[in-house]
Order: sequence, then structure tokens, then C-alpha cells
Amino acid sequence: MSDIADRVRKIVVEHLGVEEEKVTENASFIDDLGADSLDTVELVMAFEEEFGIEIPDDAAETIQTFGDAVKFIKEAQQ
Amino acid sequence: MFDLTGKTALITGASGGIGAEIARVLHGAGATVGLSGTRVAPLEELAGELGARAHVLPCNLSEKEEVDGLPKKAAEAMGSVDILVNNAGITRDNLFMRMSDEEWQSVLDVNLTAAMKLSKGVLRGMMKARWGRIVNISSIVGATGNPGQGNYAAAKAGLIGMSKSLAYEVATRGITVNAVAPGFIETAMTEKLTDDQKAGILGQVPMGRMGTPQEIAAAVLYLSSPEAGYVTGATLHVNGGMAML
Repeated sequence: MSDIADRVRKIVVEHLGVEEEKVTENASFIDDLGADSLDTVELVMAFEEEFGIEIPDDAAETIQTFGDAVKFIKEAQQ
Repeated sequence: MFDLTGKTALITGASGGIGAEIARVLHGAGATVGLSGTRVAPLEELAGELGARAHVLPCNLSEKEEVDGLPKKAAEAMGSVDILVNNAGITRDNLFMRMSDEEWQSVLDVNLTAAMKLSKGVLRGMMKARWGRIVNISSIVGATGNPGQGNYAAAKAGLIGMSKSLAYEVATRGITVNAVAPGFIETAMTEKLTDDQKAGILGQVPMGRMGTPQEIAAAVLYLSSPEAGYVTGATLHVNGGMAML
């Protein structure tokens, strides 16, 4: 389980160039981590590839925070 | 200059006069080309003429499923799509007051909606690569209007607004989106005009002649090239001075 969180965190850190400590459960990609709307699209693309899942557009819009992403991916993999 | 070695380009409407010439010129600059179109025979013929680095990718842009599948098909055939040229276009001319919903919709579907879907389909790869070129073939009538072409002019003007909006969104990713707006060009479409009609049109063209498909292809080559990396959201008018915009 924590493995998923680590992998998601790694992607976020690499893509947004932020420090690992800042990527907390409730950290919002846009408000806290400096992402713009296109960055969030790219993050979703990166999650899809890393985890071999498909995240439809309407679901992607609900992924606002690091915690949202981890939760979505965990559910998608079940 | 304008070297496309190692780049891959998907060209729609490659069975037509302008599309085929765009494919020849991009291929001549070193690109691998994906030739898309409805009619397979002329595409096969063109691929045979070009030799290596040419792939035939038949697609009827009126069919939703075929449009949705084309970016993937192109990426599978060529490894990626670095350059997309939305060239395919149809006409269903009629007086506005007589124009049917079907005439309107079919032109919007092929000339505008397909370009949107294909652009969307190739963007993922371009964003990852941090490099991409989308060139939409608009038309002078998208800027000036033309009697009998309300549908066509709307679609061609729509391509320009779409290009500019998308250009804003993806500029930081090394992707440019531009339009080329041809004037009157020697093609099968203009061959059907009578001598009187041609004389009437040429009277409005300062150059006093029709343009050639090669002159459109040269504009596309420029906008597809690494050298045009700072040009985005632009419309390059190639019309012999017919409308100086």
C-alpha cells in the first residue's frame, strides 16, 4: 500500500520539482505544489503509465491532492 | 535549415493535391510520413513514389471511430507523431438559405471536429516529448467569407480560433500550433472552374496567377521545422496578395 504512495510521491517530486516533505496527504497540486492545470493533466498521464491504469477525464478532475491520487490509484488497482 | 530527419509526420487528406505535396515536401526534408485519406489507391501510389519512410493510414474522417483510432494507428506505425498536419477538407457548397443541416454538419465534422480530435489524440506524445508541431490548413475564406460556403468558411475560421487557443495551452511544452490559409490554389477543386470563373478570381489576385500546392507545402514545412520554434498561434496566409491580412 505504502509502495503506491511512494511511487506517486516520486512522480510528483520529479514532475513538479518540489521537495519531498511538501508532498503531504492534503497537499493540493495546484494550490500547494505550484502546478498549473496542464501540469495536473501530465501528472495524470504519468500515473496512468506508472500503474498501467486508465483514468477517465471526469475522474481526473477529482484528483486535486496527493491523497486523492493515492486513493484513486489504490481503488483502481483492486 | 528545415531538416526533419528523425521526425514523424501525420498528414490527413494526403490523397488530395495539396496534401500529397505536403507529404512529399516533409518526406523530402527527412521526415517519416503517415499518409491518411479516404481513398486508398492514391495513398498507395504516393507511398510507392516516396519509397522508405512512408506509411499508408486509411481513415474516413466522417466516421467517429476511425478518427478516434487514427492517432494510435499512426503512433504504432511510426513510433510517434511529432508533426500533425490537419489538411483534409471537404466542401458541400450551397446558398445559406438552402443549406441543409446535413451539409452544415458534414463539413464541420470533417474540417473542424476531426482536426480537434486528432490534435487531442497526438498531444499526449508531444507533451511527453516536449516537442510537437500542429499545422492546421485553414483557408482564405475562413477570414474573408465566401458566398455559398457558410459551412466551409465557418469550419476554416474555427480552425484558426482553435489553433490559437491550443497554442496558448501547450506553448510551455515546446509544442507550436499554427494555421496556413491558402488562397486559390491549382488543385482538382479549382480545376472544375470555368475559364470565366478563373478570370474573375484572378482579377482579385495581385500576383495574377493561382498558387501551387508546392507553395502551400513550403509554408507547412517552415511551420513544422525546428527553426519555427518561436512561431505559434499564427496564421500564414499564402494567397498571392488576394487578401493582405
